[in-house]
Amino acid sequence: MSVEFRKDLFADERRDDLNEIGKPHTRQDIEGHVTGRTAYYDDHLFDGLLHMRCVRSPHHHARVRSVDASAAEALPGVRRVVRPSDVPHNINTLLSLIGFGEDDEQLLSDPIVRYRGEPVLAIIAETEAIARAACAAVRVDWEVLPHVLDPEEAIAPGAPSVNPAYSDNSFTYEPYDHVKLRFGDVTAAFAQADHLIEAEYEMSPIEQAPIETCGAIAAPETADRFVCHTGTQALFFSLGTTAKLLDLPSSRLHFIGGTVGGGFGGKVDSITEPMAVLGAVLTGRPVKFQWDRPEEMQVGAPRGAERWRIKDGVMADGRIIAREFTGFFDAGAYTRLSSYAGHKGTGHLPGPYTIPNVASNVFCVFTNRTPATAMRGFGITGVDFAIECHMDRVAEATGLDPISLRILNSYRDGDMKAHRRVAKNCALVECCQVAADKAGWTLSAQDKAASSLAGSDAQRAAIPETALDEEGRVGARKEGRVASTAPAPGTKRLVAGTHGRTMEAVSVQRPDMEILAERIGHAIPGATSAPAAAAPVAASPVAPSPPARPAAATPTPPAAAQPTPPVPPSAPPSPPKPFDRGVRRPGVSQFLSGSRRR
Amino acid sequence: MPKKPMSFTLNDAETGVFVEEGQNLLEALRRGAGDLSPKFGCGQGTCGACTVLIDGAPHLSCLTLAEAAASRRVETTGGLAAGPELHPLQTAFMEGFAAQCGFCTGGMLMVAKALLAENPRPTREEVIEAISGNLCRCTGYGPIVDAILTAAARMQGRAA
Repeated sequence: MSVEFRKDLFADERRDDLNEIGKPHTRQDIEGHVTGRTAYYDDHLFDGLLHMRCVRSPHHHARVRSVDASAAEALPGVRRVVRPSDVPHNINTLLSLIGFGEDDEQLLSDPIVRYRGEPVLAIIAETEAIARAACAAVRVDWEVLPHVLDPEEAIAPGAPSVNPAYSDNSFTYEPYDHVKLRFGDVTAAFAQADHLIEAEYEMSPIEQAPIETCGAIAAPETADRFVCHTGTQALFFSLGTTAKLLDLPSSRLHFIGGTVGGGFGGKVDSITEPMAVLGAVLTGRPVKFQWDRPEEMQVGAPRGAERWRIKDGVMADGRIIAREFTGFFDAGAYTRLSSYAGHKGTGHLPGPYTIPNVASNVFCVFTNRTPATAMRGFGITGVDFAIECHMDRVAEATGLDPISLRILNSYRDGDMKAHRRVAKNCALVECCQVAADKAGWTLSAQDKAASSLAGSDAQRAAIPETALDEEGRVGARKEGRVASTAPAPGTKRLVAGTHGRTMEAVSVQRPDMEILAERIGHAIPGATSAPAAAAPVAASPVAPSPPARPAAATPTPPAAAQPTPPVPPSAPPSPPKPFDRGVRRPGVSQFLSGSRRR
Repeated sequence: MPKKPMSFTLNDAETGVFVEEGQNLLEALRRGAGDLSPKFGCGQGTCGACTVLIDGAPHLSCLTLAEAAASRRVETTGGLAAGPELHPLQTAFMEGFAAQCGFCTGGMLMVAKALLAENPRPTREEVIEAISGNLCRCTGYGPIVDAILTAAARMQGRAA
């Protein structure tokens, strides 16, 4: 079977003579690996190297009443006790470098620890063994506080507050406490579906477990600078984070990295670099801060836990006409990169399928677990697992072939995605065909003839009328809540990668939430309208615009289309209420819930 | 801190280092002898990145006291090539894409060398068994097993 590769993206920047895939090729760095000459951060030797280790919380949530480090300081070979007050600017969040989120995490915590293993003190000593012994000699008086380890328990009323920057334990996606996606009207579509299929899926945290643990070595250098050798995957994040936490101009920091002994996302959090540089600043000597294996597993940020609930409305012929999600990203105690996972995951919904009515609320929740961060496709992996499990469940419930179901519902080029971008370069149909072929799975002639290039039409390409709900209207953005760095509408800016093109500025896309009325398919009712009840579908007794429905997604003539059930001319049912932040209650939709902040 | 002198053969060269009481061979090789090819991955004998050969047999240098190597013959990946000539294992790893980040590679090469010295015609299962104490998070092991079998065949003058 031949597969056509789509090349219209970046067509003018793309070379068409690339033909490396499938051929043996030698990595440019591999001779260093097989001869042992590749220099990882720990392969830079310094005379007089000092070793830094941390005193860590044995509790999930606790207050430090007092710290007695006198016995540690008295040990021979201990050079410095590093306290939270030694960190010049002891508060940060990783994505503050791109202006996203509140500073919520200290390098050394004082006085509250919010996850097991959070550091409160560091010791710098002549050897690692002395540093370990000194850490063990530090006496901390802990006041244990109530903790919460499950995301839905964390956003239930009365839960312990984990993160002071987000007192109700969920990240703020202005103006909501969740990422909201609304496309069409799932409530009305569910009322017309032949099957309603609901399920819940969960994924535990997963540690990246690189063979090289996280670490950095910093040393005073000439010209009043500090050199830092690091295994980071994000050299400039680490540089910027170090400059911010230590209140040093980045011109005084000489970061050397790029050789990583396995990362998989677990080496972006930029913790070991500021610690090592702080040690070098405080002692004037080279300092190594390296996690041992237990630290890598306990405090190294994993891929976070996720929980997803999916509800599908499916017609008897297998067309999915509505899909609803509630998602929970467990960020652990601090934001790190989980806030981004919420956005990224939402952008992926409802998976690679054209479903005319989609709604989702995705929460990024703080719990007293180890903070989560990046790992290979994070934000997508968990929900994709949930979606594909659910597709199999739908196939079972409808008695359809699972691959045929996917081909029937998959995106075609030109279809409108739920986040209001046109689908391009689609390949799910072709992937299904190749997978079936390789697995010896028999497909119908119709499925074999299907193509991502065919099947779209004006209805599939349109943004459907989108229902309002009680939480506020889709697209509304409260003015003045956040200082945005987004350009004003109409601003023109040169795009990156303009080589070989005329230097004509192009319009910058409007910020996502400022969706114009024409883009969501109808005029937004006046501010005096009651929410939900004023949905335009309800305004017309003959329902000229019922909730969007897919045309039968077959490339064969329309005569083959399955019969569609009659469209009820009445108003769509009211959405369930009240909303209560995802907490399950009898009689309340467990799917669409959430609240508007202020 | 009292240190004791210790001599051993490192990759065919007489080598002397000062070792502290309780110091492991990994530290003695890396910081004492300056051979950085064995890696610290876990310090618990579970990952295999620190594997070296002592008198031809693989040992986890993080769990081996430095003094245990006194007067013995230690081999590391740093000494696997004969001058500019790479060992057939090294060539096979390079050609077979058997390393990505490279951090486990030194340990893999050492156990492979010991295997082929003892069993020049290993089966695939025997290769898998030999590297079972060495963790790799990048490759999924398949290319490593293939490369070891390729090297074995070449060293026997057989087609891979």
